[in-house]
Amino acid sequence: MNDQRSAGDVLEDDPVGRLKVFVYELPLKYNKKIVGRDARCLNHMFAAEIFMHRFLLTSAVRTLNPEEADWFYTPVYTTCDLTPNGLPLPFKSPRVMRSAIQFISTNWPYWNRTEGADHFFLVPHDFGACFHYQEEKAIQRGILPLLKKATLVQTFGQENHVCLKEGSIIIPPYAPPQKMQAHMITPDTPRSIFVYFRGLFYDVGNDPEGGYYARGARASLWENFKNNPLFDISTEHPTTYYEDMQRAVFCLCPLGWAPWSPRLVEGVVFGCIPVIIADDIVLPFADAIPWEEIGVFVAEKDVPNLDTILTNIPIDVILRKQRLLANPSMKQAMLFPQPAQPGDAFHQILNGLARKLPHDKSIYLKPGERTLNWTAGPKGDLKPW
Amino acid sequence: MFHSHGTRRSNAAARSSASGGLEGGGVGSPAASSASEGSSFRPSASTFWLLLHGLCCLISLFLGFRFSRLIFVLLFSNTIYTYTTTTTTTITSTRTETLTVSFPLTHTPPIETAVKPNNSAIELSDKMSNQGSSHSQVVVGRHGIRIRPWPHPDPTEVMRAHRIIERVQQEQRKWYGVKSPRPLIVITPTYARTFQALHLTGLIHCLRNVPYPVTWIVVEAGGVTNETASLLARSRVQFLHIPFHEKMPVEWAERHLTENRMRLLGLRVIRERNMDGIVLFADDSNVHSLDLFDEIQKVQWMGSVSVGILAHSGGPDRTLLTEDEKLNPPIPVQGPACNSSGHLIGWHTFNSIPYSEKSATFVGESATVLPGKMEWSGFVFNARMIWKEAEEGRPEWVKDLDKIGENGEEIESPLALVNDASFVEPLGDCGKKVMLWWMRVEARADSKFPPGWIIDPPLEIVVSAKRTPWQESDDLAGSKLEQDDRRFTRPKSRSSSKRKNTLPGQDN
Repeated sequence: MNDQRSAGDVLEDDPVGRLKVFVYELPLKYNKKIVGRDARCLNHMFAAEIFMHRFLLTSAVRTLNPEEADWFYTPVYTTCDLTPNGLPLPFKSPRVMRSAIQFISTNWPYWNRTEGADHFFLVPHDFGACFHYQEEKAIQRGILPLLKKATLVQTFGQENHVCLKEGSIIIPPYAPPQKMQAHMITPDTPRSIFVYFRGLFYDVGNDPEGGYYARGARASLWENFKNNPLFDISTEHPTTYYEDMQRAVFCLCPLGWAPWSPRLVEGVVFGCIPVIIADDIVLPFADAIPWEEIGVFVAEKDVPNLDTILTNIPIDVILRKQRLLANPSMKQAMLFPQPAQPGDAFHQILNGLARKLPHDKSIYLKPGERTLNWTAGPKGDLKPW
Repeated sequence: MFHSHGTRRSNAAARSSASGGLEGGGVGSPAASSASEGSSFRPSASTFWLLLHGLCCLISLFLGFRFSRLIFVLLFSNTIYTYTTTTTTTITSTRTETLTVSFPLTHTPPIETAVKPNNSAIELSDKMSNQGSSHSQVVVGRHGIRIRPWPHPDPTEVMRAHRIIERVQQEQRKWYGVKSPRPLIVITPTYARTFQALHLTGLIHCLRNVPYPVTWIVVEAGGVTNETASLLARSRVQFLHIPFHEKMPVEWAERHLTENRMRLLGLRVIRERNMDGIVLFADDSNVHSLDLFDEIQKVQWMGSVSVGILAHSGGPDRTLLTEDEKLNPPIPVQGPACNSSGHLIGWHTFNSIPYSEKSATFVGESATVLPGKMEWSGFVFNARMIWKEAEEGRPEWVKDLDKIGENGEEIESPLALVNDASFVEPLGDCGKKVMLWWMRVEARADSKFPPGWIIDPPLEIVVSAKRTPWQESDDLAGSKLEQDDRRFTRPKSRSSSKRKNTLPGQDN
């Protein structure tokens, strides 16, 4: 089918041979010891930073000679300090990152050469390198000043937002590939659910009246559609969650405290058309995946009319979206399988990095030239770690 | 706003403590605050907060939501953030929105008011953002929850959604289902009797749901009757109503044989007309699963599926299982048996030995009805197998249909149609999946039923209302009796009592 091939072209690029990555050897306290303290980090949606490190160590793009490297990778896990509930606390992350950058700038000359312009970091937390889960505080902090020039690989993407730097690569959140594979059902099972969603509508703990959480969009969804038989929406998490998504035509992906969610990955993998309700969101690998053609975008202000919008989509448009979603390279690009497979998210990240090459000559600083302010930021960040 | 209020109060307290006088300068503050504040500052601070909290509780009671938390957030956020102006404007404008959320019936929720805070926030986000780009549309802070005035489904849209689902499922079948589906030819022997409507209605609805083209050959014993014809006419299935000259006998053994002959007649019709497709034998009292029809599309020449045998007696089950049987209960399934590599090696048949003493001989007898050795319904085959001309590819192990039954011998099972039974293909995961069930439930042969199940003229049998199971109250019993008698003797009079009639024909 023509549709399938055109959508998968860029996704099938092979990054091997197009770039070389040098992996810094940091002391174990920055990576292995952190994971050793809490193995839950390997399963939550921020696990991409850990798996990317493991992938790069054995990848063909890795080079042991830093002189010939195009990109430098610093394996520091900043999203692995978990609460008892399993949510990452970002309070130490700026110090950890800063300490890691200090380490690499003192032990290797490559950071100071460009002040990090040919370095990339994985920051998969809620608001990326702003290192906070609350949007107001994250905006106030801004991106860590030391990362001003580096390339950030993050899950957060929203247009004209402080925490999205130009040139960042947006990646999907981590979703466990084996678990999703284990819940596959035969594709001839008829899709009988029209709209499916499982998750919170009101965050009772932090915002009981609603209006802050998801900018009121999820609460609006619940209030408008709780009585609508076409909408299978609820807060209960069933054991057949993955199977149900495979029996649904549309899967809602509304924003939460942050605009991105693993539902997008699950929708793409299970062939359920994602309905993205997050204004100005930037979706993963937007330069390689034609999200407009695969998903449905609904403005937050249009949520009360969601049923009208979805039922008025022409049937051949829906069928076309399903055909594009059935493309296996699309599903592969959303996943982080272990061991890595061609076309998966790891390779898409490398493709993204390769597309930014060659580096502009201006990134190399002249001797004595300094632009980074090492003392910028809140006082608490400057404490050593 | 509240800062100033607070300072006024504490100023009042300071003045009163300094001067030792009575009233503080607090204009709007409750007098109690200044009065209770003595000379020391410590207790005044805690009582101040207590009273502030009390004030907030009162306001919350009035407004209907938790007001204090909001204010405290504001108060403390003032010390940390620099853009309080934005948040206060957001709060004030959206306070009205949250009010309307809690009273959705009286106010129509304003859908547009959320636009208001944008203006001030836009300027601020310009200042905050490092990019020099155009203004952001998305605002941080509290937003209203938009609810439309009539948050209920619209029937036209629901229908459209169902059509979308149908089309999606059709496409799924096209992609993942059977690639080139063949039409089905279903042969059903039947005859008019009390339970015919029950059985045929189930079968009709099942055939209507089959996603492939169906031609239904109904062979009726005793010739074509109006009963059957009217059922078929309403069925919306493409059918052929074939009369069979014999009447259906009353004995079960004879009935099985007659049915076999009727099925052969059906096969001869297919042969004469050279109908193409897959032949399936659906007895009218059998129950089929829709998976069966998808599975039989896989048949090449002749296939066999497992049939669940639901042999039951009319009364309570009196078969006492032996100890051995209790440990290994007999599986009531008839069908192909395979070896580990999936090849057909034999047949499972229904173990009828426990029932042999107590089986039914007459139709409608309340004893267990036993199936034949191999039920016809468990076999399907390609219609080309019985065509006259030897089609290319028709296997030699198939007997010619004309030669069967010409000597008057009885055909027990479709295996008589083939020379070599080992060529039969086992379907349904080698017989492990049971997709249809054999059942025989019939009324007594002499039981009467209203023709066409329409009660016309009204029944002559009258059931007095006195005999209905519900209790009557004593004081009303007498008057009701009279009314009932009047009603039943003169059917034309309108009944005044609201008593529910058991007979539809009585109401005028």
